[in-house]
Amino acid sequence: MTTLPESTDRKLGLVIDLDTCVGCHACVISCKGWNTENYGAPLSDQSPYGADPSGTFLNRVHSYEVQPEDGLAQLIHFPKSCLHCEDAPCVTVCPTGASYKRTEDGIVLVNESDCIGCGLCAWSCPYGARELDAAEGVMKKCTLCVDRIYNDNLPEEDRMPACVRTCPAGARHFGDLGDPDSAVSQLVAERGGLDLMPEQGTRPVNKYLPPRPKDRIAAEPRALEPVVEEATGFLGWLDRALDRLPGGGD
Amino acid sequence: MHPARSVILFTTLSGLGFGLLIWLGLGLPTVTGWSAFAFFSVAYLLAGGGLIASTFHLGRPERGLKAFTQWRTSWLSREAWCSAATLLVMALYGAGLVFLEARWALLGWIGAALSLLTVFTTSMIYTQLRSVPRWHMALTPALFLSLALAGGALLAGQVGYAMPLLLLAGAIQIAHWLRGDGALARSGSTMNSATGLTGGPVRAFEPPHTGPNYLLHEMVHVVGRKHATRLRAIALVMMVLVPAGCLALPFSHSIAALAVLSHLLGILASRWLFFAEAEHVVGLYYGKR
Repeated sequence: MTTLPESTDRKLGLVIDLDTCVGCHACVISCKGWNTENYGAPLSDQSPYGADPSGTFLNRVHSYEVQPEDGLAQLIHFPKSCLHCEDAPCVTVCPTGASYKRTEDGIVLVNESDCIGCGLCAWSCPYGARELDAAEGVMKKCTLCVDRIYNDNLPEEDRMPACVRTCPAGARHFGDLGDPDSAVSQLVAERGGLDLMPEQGTRPVNKYLPPRPKDRIAAEPRALEPVVEEATGFLGWLDRALDRLPGGGD
Repeated sequence: MHPARSVILFTTLSGLGFGLLIWLGLGLPTVTGWSAFAFFSVAYLLAGGGLIASTFHLGRPERGLKAFTQWRTSWLSREAWCSAATLLVMALYGAGLVFLEARWALLGWIGAALSLLTVFTTSMIYTQLRSVPRWHMALTPALFLSLALAGGALLAGQVGYAMPLLLLAGAIQIAHWLRGDGALARSGSTMNSATGLTGGPVRAFEPPHTGPNYLLHEMVHVVGRKHATRLRAIALVMMVLVPAGCLALPFSHSIAALAVLSHLLGILASRWLFFAEAEHVVGLYYGKR
């Protein structure tokens, strides 16, 4: 059913710390690994060992450079996956009802057996969170590892999205963003977590924590200037001795 | 956006086909027997051919009938309903004209209204996308509707209506281009809003992968924009000026055929630009537009 729920019981989502992410792409790999072997059609690759490899990914890490007016450029690694929006345009545009947003936890999912692969949901998403699998012809997207988070067969510490579980830097957090007392909501409040492209009116559930302001060195170091005008000791003697030779000194 | 051949053909051909059905439904011209058969054949070949072409871009066309289920929210589903209803109603109306020489006017008007509605639903599939600012404006349905009406009038031989409608469609087309050129800037989406990063200009330093991907292929098509200005001129001349000039000449079948052919090619050029020039905001994540 492509009508969006008025509200959801919980708002499960991710909080991604742009200050902490080191850009290692481990979340990309763990995501691809888990979601190729589990829920739904595998994430295919096209010509993976050829000259022009491409493939389906539910999570991709961009790197950006911010150049402040004064000061040094900053490099920010930026993981991006589905933001499980409250006003998800990808759901309402779907002609078949394959796309839906769950009432119980707000996760946006695709029922692949109903998907005709028209691609309109991917067009409607401003974030590029949906990719049509070239081998299966159906739309793939982040499931928030719905087959992990409720999976009683997994040890309790593994019942979180694969990307969160694998992140070596602790830059990814998972929880209920609808509960103001949850750890992720507290983190968002404390660090000023923000929405991507708020002007698109999608009301994303996932939040991004902006990089903390960098330390500044009070005075610029005097680089490339000689710190000793007159050499002393052995080098001083050598300097003077060479000056005395014909053609030396200037 | 990637200018997929199937979608360009679909919107062009079915736009003309449903445009012709509008005029046939209104009884302009009122034709019966074999000439009605000819008119309806052309309309159904265009409308149906376009619809069939549209299924070629589906990943799973065998499940296409499921597209009828979500008319409450989805413009694509509404389009499926409207086009099917139009083709059914107009088939009945056409059968009356062809086989019984009877014109059931009410049925024709309903069919004409449904044809117009079908074109409107097609245009809304694009207009609804806030992620493509160039499409997300009221001028988009105006362009599709005016072109369908003008092209339909041309095919139906309604010279008196075709001339002003062609000029109107041309004016709306120019407005759509000019207004569309600033649409991305007006949308407020920038690399800063996309990333939430502040403190200075943002530059895409490294893409996520060294190779291309579905998003870049589908949404960030920049190659087709190279000849945009020339293509705009070609589209306008062939779509509006040549047919309008032909209409001004005394009627002959060869000139009428030239007008229709030129109009068709002009719309194809315009539709190519409609897709190729449309910037999806996801391009901002890649430092492209």
